[in-house]
Amino acid sequence: MSSTLGSGGFGDRPRAYDPAAPLTPTGNLRRRQIFSKFTEYLATAAAIGAIAVLVIVIYAVVQHGIDAISWDFITKSAPEGVAPALVGSAVIVGIATLIATPLGVLIALYLNEYAGRRAASFVSLTMDVMNGLPAIIVGLFFFTFMVNQKGTLGLGQAGWIAGLALSIIMVPLIARGTQGVLRLIPKSQSEAADALGVARWRTVLSVILPSALGGILTVTILSIARAAGETAPLLLLTSNGDISRVVLNPFEALASGPTRIYTLSEEANPAGFTEAWGLSLLFISFILFASLGARALLARSKRKTSS
Amino acid sequence: MNLPPSRVRIRTDQPAVPSSANGTGSVALPDAVTTSAEAHWDTPPEVVFDSREVSVFYGAKQALAGVNLGIRRGQITALIGPSGCGKTTFLRSLNRMNDSVPDFRIEGEILYHGHDIYGGNVDQVEVRRRIGMVFQKPNPFPKSIYDNIAWAPRNLGMRSGLSERVEKALRGAALWDEVKDRLKDSALGLSGGQQQRLCIARAIAIEPDVLLLDEPASALDPIATGAIEDLMHSLKGRFTIVIVTHNMQQAARVADRTAFFSLETGGEKPVGSLIEFDDTERIFSSPRDPRTRDYVTGRFG
Amino acid sequence: MSSAATPAAPRAARRRDWRRRGDRFGDAALYAICAAAALLGAAVLILIAYEVVEGARPAIDKFGLSFVTGSEWKPTEQFNVFGAGSLLYGTLLSSFFALLLGAPIAISIGLFLSMLAPKAVRNVVSPLVEMLAAIPTVILGFWGVLILAPFVKSTIEPALHDTVGFIPLFGEPQTTGLSVFTASLILTIMIIPIISSVSRDLFMSVPRDMQDGASALGATRWEVIRGVVLPTTASGVVAASLLGLGRALGEAIAVAQVIGAGSEINIDLFKTGDTLAARIASQFPGALTELHQASLYYCAVLLLVIGVAANLIASWIGRRFSYAGGQVR
Repeated sequence: MSSTLGSGGFGDRPRAYDPAAPLTPTGNLRRRQIFSKFTEYLATAAAIGAIAVLVIVIYAVVQHGIDAISWDFITKSAPEGVAPALVGSAVIVGIATLIATPLGVLIALYLNEYAGRRAASFVSLTMDVMNGLPAIIVGLFFFTFMVNQKGTLGLGQAGWIAGLALSIIMVPLIARGTQGVLRLIPKSQSEAADALGVARWRTVLSVILPSALGGILTVTILSIARAAGETAPLLLLTSNGDISRVVLNPFEALASGPTRIYTLSEEANPAGFTEAWGLSLLFISFILFASLGARALLARSKRKTSS
Repeated sequence: MNLPPSRVRIRTDQPAVPSSANGTGSVALPDAVTTSAEAHWDTPPEVVFDSREVSVFYGAKQALAGVNLGIRRGQITALIGPSGCGKTTFLRSLNRMNDSVPDFRIEGEILYHGHDIYGGNVDQVEVRRRIGMVFQKPNPFPKSIYDNIAWAPRNLGMRSGLSERVEKALRGAALWDEVKDRLKDSALGLSGGQQQRLCIARAIAIEPDVLLLDEPASALDPIATGAIEDLMHSLKGRFTIVIVTHNMQQAARVADRTAFFSLETGGEKPVGSLIEFDDTERIFSSPRDPRTRDYVTGRFG
Repeated sequence: MSSAATPAAPRAARRRDWRRRGDRFGDAALYAICAAAALLGAAVLILIAYEVVEGARPAIDKFGLSFVTGSEWKPTEQFNVFGAGSLLYGTLLSSFFALLLGAPIAISIGLFLSMLAPKAVRNVVSPLVEMLAAIPTVILGFWGVLILAPFVKSTIEPALHDTVGFIPLFGEPQTTGLSVFTASLILTIMIIPIISSVSRDLFMSVPRDMQDGASALGATRWEVIRGVVLPTTASGVVAASLLGLGRALGEAIAVAQVIGAGSEINIDLFKTGDTLAARIASQFPGALTELHQASLYYCAVLLLVIGVAANLIASWIGRRFSYAGGQVR
């Protein structure tokens, strides 16, 4: 077969390669392909590394914590069990959710329905800053403002104050997430309602919010998973929680899982470590379960709105 | 150079095909002939692309059925037909740009200079190095004009004489005079027509063997379109050009050979097929197939 | 609404009037409630800043700006002198080291998920990487104390010291693995998911036709990434990294558990250290004197300034340099 080396693309000299040659790499392509493959391996290794760390940590928690788990462990108080910490965390996170969810949804509604460009960017900025606030500072604030006897309100330690602090952490997550959900709702629904002369507030309550409910639920669950693991604010606001009995009253200091784990990890007592591993296992299980479940819900609702 | 007479008449400027060349490098370099006299061939130029019973599937859906087509060196081959009949799919299959489309499957063979493009030892990147493509919507990189053109040659290791290469590419794309004073400016500041010519310059800068053009002027105004068409005349011969166009007049003005694709509704679902493939004059003046006649006379599509 | 009266219309008309007034009220009320919620957010932020600064006032009055550089920290009644220099140093050292380690890894993961992995793999690996962020930091720190730190002490420190020990960062292996280095490793684990998910989304948003244009020029996959994908997303990736940095700067609990609460400024990563956030977490509950407490508030003020600054810069970059045809070199 005759080669087709002719005048090159510019008509001055032949092409640097033979177009009729087999389609294997010419020129410097072999080297470039090797390098490209190498970078692909690096990227894959990075991903595998991240998953490996996840597996290692979870495996360690399961391996060390599984022995501590028993019915007594979950239902009894110190020294056999950690029920006060579990219940305390549940109460605190529950209060935080009750405060943060309406606030977050309202802020998202404001951003989506009412805010002009300048107001929207101001409020978005507020949410960004709130999201980036170190949790320890949130705790410090509520300590000064509410708990410290010599502070502004001087109320002493209480579970509901810890809930309030966690809600500050949850609100930006719920607001941003809900905003995303609201944006997915096709405008045609509210436009149709407007065309029929329905008042804005009726449209929001009866058309928009119901459509967004699934997404809001998902976002809330994810925020709960996040708040359940927060330690810093609780350390300052409810560290005196009683671990020897289950307390439901939010006006008292409540025991909580994360603070218990922290305290035990700082003590040099190996006997306490088992309890800490057990608590860790319980909390990680809840959080991972909630996260995965929420994401599955999100995937399903995305498929529904896009169909 | 005296060329033997022939019955087949081919339009305008066309440099001579080298009469013989061997792989070890001594080649009879032709003059870049620009006579207005007709050039005659008694053997047509060699086949660059030989498509044999090529069918394309996206998952279960068949987009193209049994395309048999031969594209010859140095010519401009146009692929025309109504939208959705598979011409762009076929074009993109020629340089393996469909590989990244999910569930893409191809049957049959596409032979490039006798080598199966989808064969085992084939390097996809090498394929695209030899077979360049210009897209429908201009897609310059957010870099300077110079860097847009110089990017690919730099990758290929062509670092010496880079400025000359960039200039030749811009001249080849008829853009040099307009941008020679502002090579460092962002390419995104050019007009649509200029951006498309930039994309053409970018493609020819690495001297591919073939240029595939996917409706290059459809996003441009008539004046810019005219500039692109003039460009193609000056590029052919040095490059083998395959152009997809939905503009029949453009195909008539520019192409040596034209392939008419359409949707065949014979089976249960419509599938893109090659209806007729011939010299452009024949396709437009006396097509053999009634479907071709209907299309080129504007009865449908 | 026309007022063409038909018999029995007056009662219906009154009902319509009430309904309209109710609607207007409802609209106004909803707007007011939403706006109030939004304003509440801003108000809380201002309040937080105010209270923290107020709490720091005794220390600000006593030490002024020398607090930032001074590195003596003696909480007992006898000395009662404080300086956050070593804390500031530890904060910046551990966070920037974590960023140095974590950002390239996270960006690589982002590239893997967006450009290399088939859809099925992406749908599994993405949530797994994000799950890394869901692990409570106290549990990560606990694992760090009991498992990572001994491993660092026994394996990583000697290995690093033997190979690159000429760099003063990697000194002699210490007795425990509790160190700035271990803290940085934990911080790296924490910030990788943040940077990688944002990067992944950024890379996936690079227009397909621009990538096709680069591929069509005979470029390898890496060349497409290096020439088109990375340059167009550069500012977004920087913003994402700053978000990660902000997260690392503010982490108190996990760092407090593994950093060993040292008080000196060392270049050696293997020695103990402390950060602003960790010092607050470890010493505030047991603060001895008023000045001690006020100094911890002062630390909080410093932390607030750098943390919010990192966040604001990230937002500003994200807003200013969005990829809408910006010139990229």
